[in-house]
Amino acid sequence: MTEDYFLIPDFGLDWLDAGGPEADIVLSTRVRLARNLQGHRYVCRASAGDREIVFRTVARAVNRGALPPDTALMRMNELGRRTQQILLERRLVSSELIGEAAPDSGVGVAVSSGNAVSVMINEEDHLRLQCLMSGLRLMEGWNRVDKLDEELGGLLQLAYHHEFGFLTSCPTNVGTGLRASALLHLPGLVLTKEIERALRGITQVGLTTRGLYGEGSEFVGNFFQISNQTTLGQGEEDLLDHLNRVVATVITKEREARQVLTRDAGAITEDKIWRAYGLLRYARALDYVELMNLLSGVRLGVSLKLLPSPPVYWLNRIMIFSQAAHLAEAAGRTLSTEERRAHRAQYVRQALRGESGSTTTDPGV
Amino acid sequence: MSEPAKVCDGQGCDNPAVVQLTQVVDNKSTTQYLCKECARAKGISAQPPSSLDVSDFLAQLGESGSSESESVTEPCSFCAMTFDDFRESGRLGCSHCYTSFEPRVRRLLSRIHGAGQHAGKVYLPPDPSSAELDRRIAGLRRSLQHAIEAEDFERAAVLRDLIRDHEAGQR
Repeated sequence: MTEDYFLIPDFGLDWLDAGGPEADIVLSTRVRLARNLQGHRYVCRASAGDREIVFRTVARAVNRGALPPDTALMRMNELGRRTQQILLERRLVSSELIGEAAPDSGVGVAVSSGNAVSVMINEEDHLRLQCLMSGLRLMEGWNRVDKLDEELGGLLQLAYHHEFGFLTSCPTNVGTGLRASALLHLPGLVLTKEIERALRGITQVGLTTRGLYGEGSEFVGNFFQISNQTTLGQGEEDLLDHLNRVVATVITKEREARQVLTRDAGAITEDKIWRAYGLLRYARALDYVELMNLLSGVRLGVSLKLLPSPPVYWLNRIMIFSQAAHLAEAAGRTLSTEERRAHRAQYVRQALRGESGSTTTDPGV
Repeated sequence: MSEPAKVCDGQGCDNPAVVQLTQVVDNKSTTQYLCKECARAKGISAQPPSSLDVSDFLAQLGESGSSESESVTEPCSFCAMTFDDFRESGRLGCSHCYTSFEPRVRRLLSRIHGAGQHAGKVYLPPDPSSAELDRRIAGLRRSLQHAIEAEDFERAAVLRDLIRDHEAGQR
């Protein structure tokens, strides 16, 4: 058991490797289960002492082998603010877990990147089990997180009701406690102005769309997260099947839209893509949203084979490593907004130059 | 250096904006920046959507569900949460709240999910009773049937092993 995120194999970035199916459109799949311990107040009503008891109870289960031996168990308030934000930017913890200004005591996360699973402790529910993987792999994600659930459930007394299923703090999660989502890059549907219709359709079949950073976040860089909305009344496999079918349809529509773009507006599309690439290659200051929109163009270009490089894996890394806390970590200090824009542009220039010259240059920390 | 604060776009209003309202109509996106008061006048809450959804929903539910005489419910005997607390926060305080507020919770769940009966995985606690074990095996059989239909033979094999283990434990 390690207590330092630098010791997590691949620093919890496995899901960026673009090795999963449909990875040129589906950045990642996430499957999470909400669980609570029987006989303990939920986090919204818990005192610091209650949270501590839950944390220790879960930590004991983790140490007794509920998670693989490569697991890093971290208490959020023992990490520096920047490290907390790095974990957030890597999507290993939620913003709720690290708190607006500081995390609460007794709050933590156990990460096992070997099989891409992690457990947030004392977030909205006592336990949030999740599996985060590259590409579209809903069933595989479910199998992994289910296995983890079996291990933890065999050691901990979970809150369960024969009629309502797994009990959660928010009634929108009760039953299976399952929220599965796929993060899709849909520039084709946006550029052909079909996206609104697609999003409406997704809502009509009982699913939800959100931005890159989940609930309440805006649509940035043409990324859309599609997830199930209901959790009670259907089995996990049925919920996942339905989501999988809808996501597959959206992917087909996106590929059709890309064909339309290259057929009817080939020259304009190619020009836009190369302009995006050129800006990223030479800009001296970049906002994150601007970067995400330019990266979207480059990602489209790579997928359409209009750009020979960089590989999708590289684009995924740029997306993560050009966020505020990652840039500050690389600089070794806090950056002002202006400095951050300059550092971001410099990092992107180096990453793209490094990639085109040699594949061994790592744009990492 | 932080970004300069935006001023509210409301008519004749100079308050700092706290809400960014982006609307898409006929494929055209317009963005307005509004202060809390002007946002409220347009019927928009400055609360993040996560807490908005459920508590708004609950507020409406309370009004439409008042036909039955469920005047004041007692607070939860385990965590002391009242139904009003729940209505405000959208979060239940403990597992016992589900039974403390059962009729209301039942109605709420059927509105949110369009269903009231769990149809997913059956939990097997650390020291299960024989009834719990029976329910569990029935649940696993349902999943097995599903895996076979979906031709997910890897999962089917895992489920078969689990069923066999549980059945052996019953004897």
